[in-house]
Amino acid sequence: MSVDLSQFHQVFFEESYEGLDVMESALLNIDISAIDDETINEIFRAAHSIKGGSGTFGFKEIADFTHVVETLLDLIRSDQFEMKADHVDLFLKSVDCIRTMINQFESGVSCDLEVADELKAAFTVLLDGEGAADGDSNQDGLSSTGEPHDPQSGADGWQIYFKPELDILRTGNDPVRMFRELSELGELSVVAVTDGIPSISDIDPESCYMAWNLTLIGEATEAQIDEVFEWVVDDSELVITPLMPIDGQETNSNEDELTAPTPIEPDEKDEIIDKEVADVKQSETKKLVAKKEVKTESASIRVGTDKIDDLINMVGELVITQSMLEELGKEFTIENLPKLMEGLAQLSMHTRELQENVMRIRMLPISFAFSRFPRLVHDMSKSLNKKVELVLLGEQTELDKTVMERIGDPLVHLVRNSLDHGLELPEQRLAAGKDEMGKITLNAFHQGGNIIIQIIDDGAGLNKERILSKAIENGLVSASDHLSDDQINDLIFLPGFSTAEAVTDISGRGVGMDVVRRNIQELNGSVEVESTEGEGSVFTIRLPLTLAILDGQLISVGEQVYIFPLVSIVESIQTHDQMIHRVSGGCDVLRLRNEYIPIVKLWDVFNIKPKHETVEDGLLVIVEGDNIKIAVLVDDLLGQQQVVIKSIRENYRPVHGVSGATILGNGTVSLILDISGLIKLAGVGRDTYKKINDANDTEAA
Amino acid sequence: MATILAVDDSASMRQMVSFTLKGAGYDVIEAEDGQKALDKAKGSAVDLVLTDVNMPVMDGIELVKNLRTLPDYKFTPILMLTTESAGDKKVQGKNAGATGWLVKPFNPEQLLATIKKVMG
Repeated sequence: MSVDLSQFHQVFFEESYEGLDVMESALLNIDISAIDDETINEIFRAAHSIKGGSGTFGFKEIADFTHVVETLLDLIRSDQFEMKADHVDLFLKSVDCIRTMINQFESGVSCDLEVADELKAAFTVLLDGEGAADGDSNQDGLSSTGEPHDPQSGADGWQIYFKPELDILRTGNDPVRMFRELSELGELSVVAVTDGIPSISDIDPESCYMAWNLTLIGEATEAQIDEVFEWVVDDSELVITPLMPIDGQETNSNEDELTAPTPIEPDEKDEIIDKEVADVKQSETKKLVAKKEVKTESASIRVGTDKIDDLINMVGELVITQSMLEELGKEFTIENLPKLMEGLAQLSMHTRELQENVMRIRMLPISFAFSRFPRLVHDMSKSLNKKVELVLLGEQTELDKTVMERIGDPLVHLVRNSLDHGLELPEQRLAAGKDEMGKITLNAFHQGGNIIIQIIDDGAGLNKERILSKAIENGLVSASDHLSDDQINDLIFLPGFSTAEAVTDISGRGVGMDVVRRNIQELNGSVEVESTEGEGSVFTIRLPLTLAILDGQLISVGEQVYIFPLVSIVESIQTHDQMIHRVSGGCDVLRLRNEYIPIVKLWDVFNIKPKHETVEDGLLVIVEGDNIKIAVLVDDLLGQQQVVIKSIRENYRPVHGVSGATILGNGTVSLILDISGLIKLAGVGRDTYKKINDANDTEAA
Repeated sequence: MATILAVDDSASMRQMVSFTLKGAGYDVIEAEDGQKALDKAKGSAVDLVLTDVNMPVMDGIELVKNLRTLPDYKFTPILMLTTESAGDKKVQGKNAGATGWLVKPFNPEQLLATIKKVMG
């Protein structure tokens, strides 16, 4: 049968990437002065698996390269080679190299061997030095598994004497199987040598006391015969002699003996066979349901079996509740009302649990996103000549896979930023009375329905004067503005802001903090910075656990019900006359605690008929998006609830001001509003916001 | 139908072995390390064990030793999947009671040929 190996490639790629990550983090954690056996073993095992897999699945280049890496690791593991700091770097480079090669195979590009060959040469130098002799002897030991005879092929056949060790049966080897295999190579005759069998009282039924004289007539080569005995040759007496054509007589005499009874099997042999048969039967009766392998798709997700088990449990509970309700509904009387209520409560509980469990399937520990940082910090601190300790906290905190994939880049940017701009050089730190080793902490934890990720550094903190002067220079704020510290810090997230005096290789990639904030906002999240000059900064990212469900505030305008993401709502107020100002240009603004907020009339924007057209009669919901606050006029606030987001873009086409839709409890469809889009739609962008606030020369709240 | 316990910490190898064996009509139980394999072996009737050597938690050699102490696995064929560079592992495996070995990398045909050698 032929098996298409390419179906396993995706799994191989995935596990190899995981293995490389393991290698990388273990390498970064290695304490060169006291190398821990388990760490080396871990690295070795990962390399070993990649080598084995790549060999099996036909990625010869990877197998060849990984082989050298593995060989050196094996020597280190068995204390035949001393690992030094620059070897760690060599291994790290090899990890990168293997990753690149796998990547090339995965994307179908032909493999570029330049780096691999260079590294291989470096390994060869090391291997030829200290431990090479041992490595070679290892290999020799196995390739020459006793070959005392010249390979004879001109012979008519072979005379074989085989006396296995007493314990042969206890290794699962069975002479009968070997004979059967031999018989496939030619005409086989078997004569048992029973001399070794002790008296019945001394027989250990599990030992094999027999020896055999075998004659094999045919064109079998000695190599083929060796192969049959490959697993037992070291522990057995095995003599293989060719039968030459002139030895006709001997052959004959053997053939006479051939008709003699077939080899006597020790009784215990039969017992074993009987037992095996019994075992097989047993296994057939309680045969496991053969799991059909899940076909790997390009986007797959690995789910712990416990999560699946939980789901199955929940579904079971749901089915029970459902049948209970059905039973109840068949002959419902009002006396049963409490029972019905109880059933419905159960149903809602199970539904919620099921929902949570389904969500958990998409959840991965944030360590997947954190894992790249030890390497990144290691490499970066080297090139910046900074000393940095990286602390990862809350790595087991779980996060939706999609969110995880999309938070990676913003996180990298923030960490780079902290390393580059936040942390000082060792001498500056010493001068400031700090430990020369800087510290960057990545911390993740759950808070409510959100995940919070913090990037904390103990560096110099944000330089408020420089930020302010830069912002004034770039026209982002005016010199007359009085801003609070937090507002100044927040300026770094504005488009067109960059304080880096020289564009460095590290963070000056034309991507500013505004992009970071926008990326995070696209995930319905937020990012803020707190900073104390001289003590460091804390960047706090707040993200929803999942993109599929949203905490929403239902509001009504006329007949329509819309939903605001709860995270974007600042507050909701009822207004009175004094708070409303009419600005030239037709836009009403709300004066709230010395801040001027443009008012957006939802009925006007969406062109529908409201209950209340004027601001005074309705309610204002103050929402924030893209750092701009707007006050949205609505008729009424309804409930808050979790809603499942359905994409409008996929099902219809992109609509400005609307991020998706959902189906409400009563079956009607409700649109989920996108605040940034709404701001654009209403034409109250940053300019308007700035203009009205400048015009009123406000004192910031 | 014979049941084979396939032990490997690499998911792709497990899938490949399992797919090949199932295609040839065997029942396959999978385990990702020695300890899990031992647990599964205790709860099932297994006719052949195929095990990787380098694994976390419990390696292949330990697995063989442990299996051989179980009455049901005294004579069960146990094959080790090993790489050519691990000569001493073969000896260790043999001493622990392994039946034989199959050298990695191997293809499905070689796997089935080796299985046939012990299962007939």
